[in-house]
Amino acid sequence: MLDYTLRTVAMGAATLGAVSGALGVYAVLRGQSLIGDAMSHAALPGIAVAYLVTQSKLPLVLMAGAAGTGWLATLAVMAIVRRSRVKYDGALALVLSVFFGIGLVLLTYIQGQPDAGQAGLDTFLFGQAAALITSDVITMAGLGAVALAGVGLFWKEFKLLAFDEAFGKSLGFPMRAIDVGLTTLTVIAIVIGLQAVGVVLMSAMIVAPAAAARQWTDRLGVMMGLSTAFGAMAGVAGALLSSATANLPTGPTIVLCATVIVAVSMLLAPHRGLVFRWYRRRQRV
Amino acid sequence: MTSAQFDIQLVAVMTAAACALPGSFLILRKMGMMTDAISHAILPGIVVGFFLTENLSSPFLVIAAAATGVLTVFLVEVIRDTKLVKEDAAIGLVFPALFSIGVVLISRFAGDVHLDADVVLLGELAFAPFDRMMLFGADVGPRGLYVSGGVFLLSAAFIGAFYKELKCSTFDPALAAALGLAPGLLHYGLMSVVSMTAVAAFDVVGSILVVAMFVGPPAAAYLLTDRLPVMLGGSVGIGAACAIAGYWVAHVLDVSIAGSMAGCIGVAFGLTFLFSPERGIVASWRRRRRQKWVFAAQMLLVHLFHHEDTPEEAIENRSRHLQEHFGWTADAAEKTVDYADERDWLTVEDERLRLTSSGRDEARRVLRRGTGGARAQAPVGSMAHASARRVAEPA
Repeated sequence: MLDYTLRTVAMGAATLGAVSGALGVYAVLRGQSLIGDAMSHAALPGIAVAYLVTQSKLPLVLMAGAAGTGWLATLAVMAIVRRSRVKYDGALALVLSVFFGIGLVLLTYIQGQPDAGQAGLDTFLFGQAAALITSDVITMAGLGAVALAGVGLFWKEFKLLAFDEAFGKSLGFPMRAIDVGLTTLTVIAIVIGLQAVGVVLMSAMIVAPAAAARQWTDRLGVMMGLSTAFGAMAGVAGALLSSATANLPTGPTIVLCATVIVAVSMLLAPHRGLVFRWYRRRQRV
Repeated sequence: MTSAQFDIQLVAVMTAAACALPGSFLILRKMGMMTDAISHAILPGIVVGFFLTENLSSPFLVIAAAATGVLTVFLVEVIRDTKLVKEDAAIGLVFPALFSIGVVLISRFAGDVHLDADVVLLGELAFAPFDRMMLFGADVGPRGLYVSGGVFLLSAAFIGAFYKELKCSTFDPALAAALGLAPGLLHYGLMSVVSMTAVAAFDVVGSILVVAMFVGPPAAAYLLTDRLPVMLGGSVGIGAACAIAGYWVAHVLDVSIAGSMAGCIGVAFGLTFLFSPERGIVASWRRRRRQKWVFAAQMLLVHLFHHEDTPEEAIENRSRHLQEHFGWTADAAEKTVDYADERDWLTVEDERLRLTSSGRDEARRVLRRGTGGARAQAPVGSMAHASARRVAEPA
């Protein structure tokens, strides 16, 4: 049933879902769900610059460029919030749209060049999961393993950052450095998925699995495991569905699968779920 | 400049102006990311409207799309109010889902018509002059101009009509509610205007760059003024200037017009962020430096005033003694004396420091009211702290 292409695509989608699910936990818990939106849009100029500099379309090269500008965008947001009266949401919207605009300028500049090697860079807009090949998936899995290992290695530190930053500081932890480290891992999670899901929808893969996992548990470890699993599930389901149906693009399908998981979780999760709450209220009456 | 170029710039300026007006309120109400959500989420509305009308320029399509924008706001609030997720997560859940539905609808059912996700995302300003508005068979200008002009008038009319109410509910929501201003109604009114503007602008600059037009110019204007009318006017001006500059940059480099406009908005914000006369990075850095010297000089004046006409004057009121007394470096001591000298607060004769009458007045004022003035609240340099500590110690 599973042919080679489909298996590759499904594995790639599972990888991106799992890694973004894991890192998304921190983003959602810290009230920074939309940082992934800024990072993924800001990756576009990085992809273009990486191509312009190296004339190569190797995934690793493009991902490095994407990570560079994604990271830069996060720093820009932090600088604007800290050093001006513009608030977080405004800074986020401004940075993501301006970086994306500059990315478009570079992309159209590259397209205006006489050589034909530039074809395919604009697939990063919406992603093209169907075009993933084995080497892409290996790259994704390698980077994803690094990101997940980082989460395991700094478990305690990231937990402190997510729940009580001030307490961490008082214990003498370098919270700024830990924040930068977590940001770096989140950027890695984002760039892994760009090729498959695209810059526009990648942000959803940071928010949705974690928001779904949050409904089922109050424990960070359990939430992390669930979120990783939900992300991978959404990835595989989206990849299978889109390959089984004609004209169903993979990226949006993966996002919609993740949305369904969130909706089910918000409705049916024990204790927090809406159905549970409604039932309890009825019993009280 | 050809007439096509003129038309493009006119449409762009109108769009920028139409975005800047509601955008100012969004920045002040901390709702910047709502523009991103709305501009993405109107896509399914546009697609469904297109299926029903078969016409990309039908007013019904604009209404259907704008309704989707308002629906987005509503959905975000419903999800937030369940308290199952925070507001930012609610936004992050709703708009990608709606946008995905739009993309799926396009690729499944609209593969062969003129509606493609790239155009929605990126806009096609370059085609604006060729899409003419025909009235009784006569060409009366580019259609985009009427659309963007229309939403500009709509924005201006809404803000003009509810200016007082918007202002009150933006700066003091509790007071607005207490006065019975129906903040919810105003909120949805504003969101409807934002949605209509986003629909009109998506044609011109695409769904992501319209975000830059909504938040960029108002954010820059916000760093330049404390007055709402000035901010509104300023953001329209900045938006228009960026639209024109962006057009010409794109023209020279032969790149995406919308992208280069967003780039110009980024540059404009960056410049205000750094160089705004009151709040810029450079201004606050200079102010902090100046405060350091003002503070040090005031400490010096008090010291001189304290020992004036006493037996220790000959020892205490010498420039060389300052290093020992305040713990300053020779360089800092010299600069402080120079600073006070420039202001005619003291005279220097053979290392002897003598207060002038204005220096004496200043010392008395400091002793009475404390250092600095209204602006002395900002942190001062470590040198000034050290001197403050020493001065505070009893002799």
